Amino acid sequence: MAVSTSSVITLNINGEKHTLPVDHRTTLLDALRERLDMTGTKKGCDQGQCGACTVLLDGRRAVSCLQLAVAAENREITTIEGVAEGDRLHPVQQAFLDLDGYQCGYCTPGQICSAIGVIEEHAAGWPSAVTGDVRPEAGPPELTAEEIRERMSGNLCRCGAYVAIVDAVARAAGTAAGPAGTEEAAA
Amino acid sequence: MTTVVTGTTAPPRSVGTAHTRIEGRDKVTGAARYAGEVPFADLAHGWLVLSTVARGRIRAIESEAVLAMPGVLAVLDHRTAPRVNTDYSGLMGMRPDPTIAVFQHDRVPHLGWPVALVVAETSEQAREAAEALVVRYEEAPHHTGLDTDHPDAHALDGVMPGVTGKGDLEAELAASATVVDAEYTTPEEHHNPMEPHAATARWEDGRLELVDSNQGATWVTGELASLFSLDPGSVRVRSEHVGGGFGSKGIRAHQVAAVMAATLLRRPVRVVMTRRQMFSLAGYRSPTAQRVRLGADARGRLRALEHNSLSVTSTVHEYVEPAADPARVMYDADAHHTANRVIPLDVPSPTFMRAPGEAPGSFALESAMDELAERCGLDPIELRLRNEPDQGPVSGLPFAGRNLPACYREGARRFGWAGRDPRPGRRRDGRWLLGTGTASASFFAGAGPSTATLTAHPDGTFTVRIAAADIGTGARTAITLVAADALRVTPDRVRVRIGDSDFGPAMIAGGSMGTRSWSWAVTAAADELRDRLALGSDIPAEGITVRSDTAAAIGALTPAERHSYGAQFAEVAVDPATGEVRVRRMLGIFAAGRIINPLTARNQFLGGMVWGLSMALHEEAVRDRAFGGVVGADLAGYHVATNADVPRIEADWIEDHDPGDPVGIKGIGEIGIVGVAAAIANAVWHATGTRHRHLPIRPDRVLAAATADRGRPDA
Repeated sequence: MAVSTSSVITLNINGEKHTLPVDHRTTLLDALRERLDMTGTKKGCDQGQCGACTVLLDGRRAVSCLQLAVAAENREITTIEGVAEGDRLHPVQQAFLDLDGYQCGYCTPGQICSAIGVIEEHAAGWPSAVTGDVRPEAGPPELTAEEIRERMSGNLCRCGAYVAIVDAVARAAGTAAGPAGTEEAAA
Repeated sequence: MTTVVTGTTAPPRSVGTAHTRIEGRDKVTGAARYAGEVPFADLAHGWLVLSTVARGRIRAIESEAVLAMPGVLAVLDHRTAPRVNTDYSGLMGMRPDPTIAVFQHDRVPHLGWPVALVVAETSEQAREAAEALVVRYEEAPHHTGLDTDHPDAHALDGVMPGVTGKGDLEAELAASATVVDAEYTTPEEHHNPMEPHAATARWEDGRLELVDSNQGATWVTGELASLFSLDPGSVRVRSEHVGGGFGSKGIRAHQVAAVMAATLLRRPVRVVMTRRQMFSLAGYRSPTAQRVRLGADARGRLRALEHNSLSVTSTVHEYVEPAADPARVMYDADAHHTANRVIPLDVPSPTFMRAPGEAPGSFALESAMDELAERCGLDPIELRLRNEPDQGPVSGLPFAGRNLPACYREGARRFGWAGRDPRPGRRRDGRWLLGTGTASASFFAGAGPSTATLTAHPDGTFTVRIAAADIGTGARTAITLVAADALRVTPDRVRVRIGDSDFGPAMIAGGSMGTRSWSWAVTAAADELRDRLALGSDIPAEGITVRSDTAAAIGALTPAERHSYGAQFAEVAVDPATGEVRVRRMLGIFAAGRIINPLTARNQFLGGMVWGLSMALHEEAVRDRAFGGVVGADLAGYHVATNADVPRIEADWIEDHDPGDPVGIKGIGEIGIVGVAAAIANAVWHATGTRHRHLPIRPDRVLAAATADRGRPDA
C-alpha cells in the first residue's frame, strides 16, 4: 500500500482560512513563503538559530522553520502581514520605521513579531533571565533596556541595528502599555 | 503641460536632516520582496550538492537513482553542465575566482566545493534528492592550517602593492628608546548576511534575466556575460532589496548554477544557499597572523614601524587580506615597512569582508600602539597625536584633510577620558574589573565611475535611475535626498529606482564607495537637467532625460590621501572568575565628510561598531584540520553579537569638509568597525593587566591568562 506523503490542510493565518495541499515535509515557513506567497516571514537559517522566521502562534512567539505546516492546523497564526490594521501600522512597526530599527530589513519582520510577543509576555508578568526578583508576588519587572535586550536576543540582526531596535521596542511598549495592553494582559 | 519644474527659490536642504527610509514601510510590513521571494510561473528549484572531501577527484556521481525520485528534473555536474569561459578580467580588472565556474572539471580543491545541482519541481524534492545523491571521490591529502612557516608563503599585491618599504628598519629599531615587538592573530570570519544568497534565472525573449541578491547589478551582469559568452546587453540583473552583503554578495556559484539549469531546462530556476552552504560558498575573511614592530624615540615619535601580515588563500585563486595596509596611512617612521603575504591552502577562496585589511590590521597596529604608549609612559591619545604624519607615509601625497586629532578631542571629551588612571587593574565594580581603551580608525574614501539618468516629468516630478544597490546602507534614501537638493526640490518629488543593470554601469555597494560614487553621478545629471530646464522649454509627455557619466571627473581628481577617520572608545568589565568580558559602553567619533542622512548614518556607524565588538569577543570560524571544514558551520556554532551583547553605544561625527572634493561625501559603511577590536582589547588590558593579542577574547583565554599571571614569580 502506497504511503501518502501529502495532505490537504487548513491553516488559519491572520484571521483567514487557507486550504492547501502540502508535502508532509513542508515547514510552516515554506508553506507561507512558497505555497501561499506570504513572503514577509523570512528564512535566515532554516534551523531555528536566527529568529528571522518568527511568527506568533496562538499569540506566542515561534520560529516557523521548526514547525511543520501539518502541525500548525487549528492554531492561530499571525505573520508580519497581519499585524497592521489596514493602513495603520502596529505601534511596533511604526516605531521600527520612525527610529530606523533596521538596515537591510531582512530580520525585521521576525524582530517585529518577536517584539509584539515580548511586550505581551512582559505585560503578562513573565520574567526573563535578567529579571532580578522572579517571585510571582514581585509583579512584572520594569521593561528596561536590559530586559528588552535579553528578551530580543533570539532575533539576530547582522547589520547591528540593536541600539535602534531596543529604542523602538521601548517606545512601542510605552504605547502599548495603555488600556489595551492592560486588558490583553488580564485576559 | 508644465514648464517650471526645478525650484527657483530652493526649498530647505534635505541633505543633513533625518529622513526615514523610502522603503521603510515595505520593510516593516513584510511587503519588500527579496531575491528568493519574487514569484515566477513554472519555477523549478535547484539545490547545490557540495563535496564532502577537502581535496581529491570526483570518481562517480550516481545521478540515475536521484533522477528517478519524485519531481526531479535534472542533475547538473561536470559531465552534463554547459562549459563556461573564465579567461577574462572582471571587477577592477580582477581575474574571476574559478570557484564560480561550477561543474567544469572533476577536481575538488576544498571541502564544500559544488559538485552538482539537483533541480526539482519543489524545494522539498530538490533538497531530498540532493541529500540522497551519492558522490564517490578519490581522496588526496589536504592542508588547511595557517602555519607561519609554510614554505609557499609569498607576498601578494591586492588593490594596493603587497610590499612597501623605506629606511633601515634594524638600525632604527636599535636606535629606538622604546621597542614593541608583538604577534597578533585574528581568526577566520564569515559575513553571514541575514538573507542567504539567492538567485532566480530565466530566459525571456532571448535575454537572460536574473533576480538576485547582490551588491552591484551591473557587476553581476558583466560576470555572467563573460562566463556564458553573451553580449552584456542580453543579460539583465535585478536586485531590488538586499538582505545584507558585507562583501559577500558578488558573483557566486549559485547564480552560475541557476543560469546553467535555466538554460538546460528552459524554465525559471531558483537556487538559494543554505546557511551551512554559505560557510563554503559565500567567501569569508581569511585568518591573519601579524607581527608588528615599533620603535620610538624618548618622546614617543616613531623611528621604526614594521607591519607584516600573513593570510590564507585557496589553491585556485589568489586573494590577499591586506592587514598591513592601515600603517601606510596612519603613521610615518624613518624606517617604514609593510608586507602582505599569503599561503595557498585547500580551503575556499577568501574575499572582501567589511573593512578588508583595515579590520584585522587595525587590531594589531592599534593594539601595538597602546603597548607602546604603556612602555613610553604616555597617554595613548597623546602618543597618537605625536605621530600624526604630515603626508602619506608611503605615497608621499598630501592628506586631503586629516581630522583624526579633532575626532580624539571630541571623543575624549564625551567619553570622559581626561583623568584616566593609566595603570591597569585599578578599577572594580563588585566582581567586575573595569577598564577603558581607545584606538584610531581610518578608511579610504574612493570613488568609482558611475552613470545615472535623470528624467523630468511634466507633472513636476523626477525619476532617477542608477544601478546602485541598497544592501541596508540607506542608499536609496540618500540618493533621493542628494537628488532633491541638486534639483532644488523637496524629496517627495523625486523617485529613485535602483538595483537594475539596465540602468547602466555604476559603482558597486563596496569599498565604502557606493553612496559617494552614486551621489556624484546623480548630482552631475541634476546639474545638467537644471540647465536644460532653465531654458524654459515645455516638457513633453515622455519627459526630458539626461544622462551622466563620472568617469572623466573621477579621473581628473588631484592625487591625494583621501580618507575618513575615527576615534574609538570602549569601556569593558571583565569577570576574572568566569573570564567573561562585557562591553559596558562604546563611543565612536568620526570625520567622514558630509553626512547625508543622520538617522541612517548613525545606524551605519553603530552597525560597524557592533561588528567590531563581535569581532573582538565572539566571531571565530574554527576550521578542523582533519576534515578541512568549519566546525559548527551555522549561527549556533559561529557566534555573532546578539542584542544582549550590545550595550548603549554611541556614534557621532564632526565637521569634515574637503574644499577640493566635488562631492564632499565619504563612505561610512566600513570605518565603524575599524579600530573597535583594538579599543576593546586595550580596555581589557586596562581592566586586567593582560594583553590579549589573539581574537576573539574568549572567556577561556581570559581565564588562561589569569592563571598564567598567578603562576608568574612577580605576580
